[in-house]
Amino acid sequence: MRGRSQRFGDVALSLGTGLAAVLVLLIVAVILGDVIYHGAPRMTLAFLTQAPREGMTAGGIFPAIFGTVALVVLMTLAVLPAGVATAIYLSEYANPSARLTRLVRVAVNNLAGVPSIVFGLFGLGFFVQFVGAGIDRAFYGGERVFGQPALVWAALTMAVLTLPVVIVATEEALAAVPRELRLASAALGASRLQTIVRVVLPQALPGILTGAILAISRGAGEVAPILFTGVAYYLPKLPTSLHDQFMQLGYHVYVLSTQSPDVDATRPILYATVLVLLLLTFALNATAVVVRSKMRRRFAGAAS
Amino acid sequence: MTPRSEQPTTRRPEQAILVGLAPPTRSTLAGSGSLPVETSDPKNHRRAERPRLASRRPRFHALAEAAIRVLAFSSIAAIILIFVFIGKEAWPLLHDSAIGKEVTLAKMWFAQQWPGYDAPEHVWQPVSEIPKYAVWPLVVGTLKVTLIAMLFAVPLGVGAALFVSQYAGRRLREIIKPTVELLAGVPSVVLGFFALMVMATWLQQALGLDSRLNALVAGVALSFAIIPVIFTVSEEAFGAVPRSYVEASTALGAARWQTIVRVVIPAAGPGVAAGIALGLGRAVGETMIVLMASGNAAILSVSPADSVRTVSATIAAELAEVVFGGAHYTVLFFLGVLLFGFTLATNLLGEFAIGRMRRRLGGMA
Repeated sequence: MRGRSQRFGDVALSLGTGLAAVLVLLIVAVILGDVIYHGAPRMTLAFLTQAPREGMTAGGIFPAIFGTVALVVLMTLAVLPAGVATAIYLSEYANPSARLTRLVRVAVNNLAGVPSIVFGLFGLGFFVQFVGAGIDRAFYGGERVFGQPALVWAALTMAVLTLPVVIVATEEALAAVPRELRLASAALGASRLQTIVRVVLPQALPGILTGAILAISRGAGEVAPILFTGVAYYLPKLPTSLHDQFMQLGYHVYVLSTQSPDVDATRPILYATVLVLLLLTFALNATAVVVRSKMRRRFAGAAS
Repeated sequence: MTPRSEQPTTRRPEQAILVGLAPPTRSTLAGSGSLPVETSDPKNHRRAERPRLASRRPRFHALAEAAIRVLAFSSIAAIILIFVFIGKEAWPLLHDSAIGKEVTLAKMWFAQQWPGYDAPEHVWQPVSEIPKYAVWPLVVGTLKVTLIAMLFAVPLGVGAALFVSQYAGRRLREIIKPTVELLAGVPSVVLGFFALMVMATWLQQALGLDSRLNALVAGVALSFAIIPVIFTVSEEAFGAVPRSYVEASTALGAARWQTIVRVVIPAAGPGVAAGIALGLGRAVGETMIVLMASGNAAILSVSPADSVRTVSATIAAELAEVVFGGAHYTVLFFLGVLLFGFTLATNLLGEFAIGRMRRRLGGMA
């Protein structure tokens, strides 16, 4: 009796949890399958290199790809130095038990959980209306140049959004560098900065890169923060300066699926755009995974 | 993102203790990676070859360190600024008399008698002749969608995590974990697209619903976004349960499932709770999915078949067209404060739970 009920319990529990796992796999398979099945036929070189035509029912998505890349590059230029420097400061310079340090850590941790739309609010209120309008008053005699949604503000908003990703990854990578390396370096007469630049950072580099790539992947996929800070539905020209607006892949997906006058005509383009966006973020994430596993191997190699 | 940097730092002292206590056999010494001689040797050589560096130290160093400080403080300032700035933009709602004529906190939270309505009602109609800013329809809509999402995501996420950590073989694990990571990497706008273009039609046909876009569609799609969060944190928690617990339970004659239900799950409980709290925060704040799939009608109802409008989707849909500094603008920033406060609470709760589990397992192991 007891034996049978025990076996029943095991079967039930493994089946129940196994079913959950299978359902999760199924969800991913259905989403990817649907997107690939409908999106792949339309994905041609012309689609990737042409601008949209005839009210988005024909042509390609080149301006959206261009805008996404421009956004992500600018974002990376902003977030990488700031994030890495912050992590170095926090873990190598700041007094770890000081109240300010602890407060900053808590703030960084919680920033990671703040909804992306809140960053959009911040970007509009702070970068566009406060900094941008301030620049216009100071340098352009009140003419509206920077005081409106623009590429640079969207990139900076996205940089603030991805800041915790970079800081956390860098801090983790710095913490994984054995203390003995720092001590050995100091014992040889190296200063703190020399130790950081020559010993700690090279060891931590793969971890920092992983963080950077994850940040880029996040930046490439998020839409909510740029809704009011610079993205545009359709632009006849590519952005050429920091204060231009831009098109973006995620926003393109949003607009095509919610505001298309002719859903059936735009559907193939929509699916192909989704596929491009997915491939882009997956490629970035896969790179991060590869870099991370290389790092693990390197540390494992150093330890044995 | 939250269960983080402590791992490497806490693990190392443990190892050191282990090495110190265990009999110093060859294997324990070789296994501990932190012996200084082996790891730092190559660096020593490199350093020894360049002794000239020391003479160039002062000026360049001061400059570089100043640069690190400036960058660090500006990003710290940006972080603190967010907390301050959102609140600052919502602040006029409480004291500005011009805005007070149009909307007050009391008008937002209590039913109002509007011209043309029979009874006092909660209405969200910010762009009309008489703007109406009742937040209950939005709050209830958010809670409804979130609840539906959690009903799907918690069993699936925790169940799959339990399966991976307790039952799955190595090969299955190496399929399931990357697949969940893949799902985590899907941008939310893609999930919104899928809900809007595909799932909404399926669900409408299957259940015979009146409105194609409704709380159910949005909730199910939202669950896809938070399953990875719950799965990852729970799986880590199950994996952190010490082997000795399981061995002790098995030695006492417990069956596998008894060990799991009575030992593993209670021990990992706080970690799973943390995952659920983080998922909850993500669900409440998630924007694109609900913006695209919920139908965006601010109706005060509890039926999952009705269209809903959430707090986050309201901000996303309306902020682009508001007058800077006006009543509507201020109210939308106030909604941002609400979202902010809620996610802050769930995050702190999650962190607290993880810390508790660490302490508990650390103390007993």
